[in-house]
Amino acid sequence: MAYGAGVDVGSTQTKAVILDETGRIVGRALRPTGANVIRAAEEAFHEALASGDLREEEVEYVVGTGYGRYKVTFGNTQVTEISCHGRGAVHMFPGTRTVIDMGGQDTKAIRVRASGEIVDFCMNDKCAAGTGRFLGAASSALDIPLDDLGPTALRGERPVKISTTCTVFAESEVLSWLGKGKKIEDILLGVHQSIATRSVGLLRRVGVEEEVTFTGGVARNLAMIRALDERLGLKVNVSEESHFMGALGAALFALDRIVSSRAPAAEARGAAS
Amino acid sequence: MTYTAGIDVGSTYTKAVVFGDGRIAGRALEPTGFKLADVAGRVFDRALESAGLTRPDVHYVIATGFGRHQATFADTQVTDLTASARGTTFLFPGTRTILDVGGQTMKASRVDEAASVRSFRLNDKCAAGTGAFLEKTARYMGYGIEEIGPLVNTSKHAVAISGVCAVFAESEVINQLSEGTPPADIMHGAIVSLVGRSVQLMKRVQMAPEFTLIGGIMRFDKMVAVVRDQLRQPVNVPDGDLVQFTSALGAALLGQHRLRKLAEAGRAGVEA
Repeated sequence: MAYGAGVDVGSTQTKAVILDETGRIVGRALRPTGANVIRAAEEAFHEALASGDLREEEVEYVVGTGYGRYKVTFGNTQVTEISCHGRGAVHMFPGTRTVIDMGGQDTKAIRVRASGEIVDFCMNDKCAAGTGRFLGAASSALDIPLDDLGPTALRGERPVKISTTCTVFAESEVLSWLGKGKKIEDILLGVHQSIATRSVGLLRRVGVEEEVTFTGGVARNLAMIRALDERLGLKVNVSEESHFMGALGAALFALDRIVSSRAPAAEARGAAS
Repeated sequence: MTYTAGIDVGSTYTKAVVFGDGRIAGRALEPTGFKLADVAGRVFDRALESAGLTRPDVHYVIATGFGRHQATFADTQVTDLTASARGTTFLFPGTRTILDVGGQTMKASRVDEAASVRSFRLNDKCAAGTGAFLEKTARYMGYGIEEIGPLVNTSKHAVAISGVCAVFAESEVINQLSEGTPPADIMHGAIVSLVGRSVQLMKRVQMAPEFTLIGGIMRFDKMVAVVRDQLRQPVNVPDGDLVQFTSALGAALLGQHRLRKLAEAGRAGVEA
């Protein structure tokens, strides 16, 4: 059995996925990226190997992706995270034509063909507004763990209107709403809606074509899923693997390479017989 | 004696100045926090205390700054552009361009001989163009705001910091640190980047000499030096911590002006 791996070194977290040659996920890992990017990539890969009870030699091909993809020193090649998210999303939901990927420091809107090939994309490259960091700012301002933000926001009834664009200023705005006596639930609902509005703006720039698949770490957040659904007027696809979608796409590219490297050899054998 | 007061409720600090007999009689400042009405009243009382006065001694109070409408005890409010123009031209009458960099805002304005604002541009949408950028950069390296000045004075040269986003700066700072760049040079780079944005803003108001720099960020000598370098022009800077009080001073001066007008009109029985 041959194995392919994808290592997605994101701005905040590093993800690794190992697939067997049938495309089944046999190992995965997730860890903070931190300051030592090379080590984060190595550790995520080794944790994924351990979770699948595999040895490094068994993995034939490794594709690095994400902003730190060139720090995957053991990788055979690199593929952009845009291509990987597109590929992963189409693999999980074959009807996908638009992908919204929300990560720690960036949000990307991607249009894809049925093959997973990229048609167009758009991202926030100049500014952290409307990214996962906006949630991070709310989390630290309110001293609520990141994972509790969504569930808390879901209990909100009268969302406040967040007027700041900048993630740095969002922290003070959240505190000022608190100072005005607004409920945490309503403030957080407003924060989610504000991020969703920005993301939908990004999606409209590439054109929204159904189905829409939501990927990246923030896709685990139910309040964000609901806010996107409301603003788009449709239901976005969310996979259990949404957080690993970039790594999964990278691992699928790794499998492609394994298959194509064998093809000439297989043909040669066929011709000889 | 006719005393007036100016209260500047800024995004980061609240400042108060009590003015009378042609000079500043008292002043005080505190972080603004989130209870704007409380902090405005408290800073006013502390400024009065430093002048040895009480509230009835002050005949006119003008509030300015983003939280000016929360200073409910004030007689009236003026915008921070009007107040800073008045305060700046009082200190440096030749001023034609003002650059005001605060914790969460950056403003450039052109003023005329009469201290009227002719044009202005401001940034309050993006932290990369405000003092918050320096604060964040310092914090990513484990330094507080007050350490920025001493730290950056040890820098020999600035490294290039792109300065497009105060959040993205974190990765840039980490990369620089991991390559062994001294924190002082990174901080210096952040200042150069911030000043680059200030100069752009000043160009958009058709800047002309004299230049006067105000706002809390001008407490850092390096900030002033870099502005001077980039403009290749001399710049005026109010002495010491007066850079932070220029708008509050301007508001107090406008109060004096208002009282004179009222006295002339004979509508108020104010002692001359």
